[in-house]
Amino acid sequence: MDRNSHINYILQLADNALVLGHRNSEWTGHGPILEQDIALSNIALDLIGQARYLYQYAAKLAAGEVTEDTLAYGRDAWDFRNCLLVEQTNGDWGKTILRQFLFSAWQYFFYEQLQQSRDSELAAIAEKAYKEVVYHLRWSSEWVIRLGDGTTESHQRMEKALELLWKFTGEFFVPAGYEKEGIGIAVDPAVIRPLWEDKVNEVLAEAGLRANPETWMQTGGKEGRHTEELGYLLAEMQFLQRAYPGCEW
Amino acid sequence: MVINNDMSIRRIWSLIEQVNDPEVPVLSVVDLGIIRDVRAAEGEIEITLTPTYSGCPAMDVIRMNIRMVLLEHGYNNITLTTVLSPAWTTDWMSEQGKEKLKAYGIAPPLPVQQFCRPDLFGQEEAIGCPHCHSYHTTRISEFGSTACKALYRCEDCKEPFDYFKCH
Repeated sequence: MDRNSHINYILQLADNALVLGHRNSEWTGHGPILEQDIALSNIALDLIGQARYLYQYAAKLAAGEVTEDTLAYGRDAWDFRNCLLVEQTNGDWGKTILRQFLFSAWQYFFYEQLQQSRDSELAAIAEKAYKEVVYHLRWSSEWVIRLGDGTTESHQRMEKALELLWKFTGEFFVPAGYEKEGIGIAVDPAVIRPLWEDKVNEVLAEAGLRANPETWMQTGGKEGRHTEELGYLLAEMQFLQRAYPGCEW
Repeated sequence: MVINNDMSIRRIWSLIEQVNDPEVPVLSVVDLGIIRDVRAAEGEIEITLTPTYSGCPAMDVIRMNIRMVLLEHGYNNITLTTVLSPAWTTDWMSEQGKEKLKAYGIAPPLPVQQFCRPDLFGQEEAIGCPHCHSYHTTRISEFGSTACKALYRCEDCKEPFDYFKCH
């Protein structure tokens, strides 16, 4: 894996965690009940913490003036490598929960595999993050079941959320150019796919939900082609560092 | 100055022990089990530590406070190294730390066991109330005021309490 691909690969993982962490943090102070507001804020914190380790590692490889902050706050949408799913807007609680579940199920199997990476720094980050994702996956799975198998309204909302989000899940398993080179370092998406599908189908079935197998899958995020949602997210998240570069408090 | 001997290492450990977790001030960072190694050679001190949770905001403060206490005692050549693997676990918390937590009103972590698994709607851990010691308790939320805690309620004395969850 050449250095650029290696950095892009790490950035993809970092951007996934940061963007979803930021989305979840938008719920802080707005959750439906206090305990769940705290839960989602905790998950946001875990994800942003994971993103920091990954950005610090990418910055070390990139060397020069690059820091974790310039990577998080100084790049524009086309340089972000996150998958499209994580940048989608929060919508209602059901959509937020389903987005978290679909992503946590991927991250759970992904980090499990990444612990075997030849890149010992990535393996160590994966080992740490995996333990946190166990909580995220359990919490979001239980909520998907609770809402899907809940009232008529909660079920309808989950169906709607599934329709909105399912088309962004195929991207997990379509390797970007820089991923294909990473044998021994990167995780082969083909290994994750059946594990993810089994887990997701099991939980959806218990929730009384079914994804449309004919759904056309949208891709592009990992290569920097994003939905318009990401631009708005970055505009808010990066505002301070754009207006006052290097500002600290 | 060569200080690579047992006595100076012991002294450095005892200084670090004065640094508390800012979010659970009753616990020292040594009780918490996040200090993994202390080395001293040629007047240079290297301390290896590991975070509890990736996003724990206390880590930056802890690093700064370790540096401060060592500087106050004349050690000025300090390197703090963060390691992620092996990942921190509540099994590394000292018995003394668990006693301190309980006295402070936080239920200490149970040994890591089947409850740290992804199974859904699993059986809740039987957590003793740190106030009245009853096991007749209910989990309110598995995420609490900080990443390392869950929220419980005692059904006997009716007090809510934090549980330092197994990890």
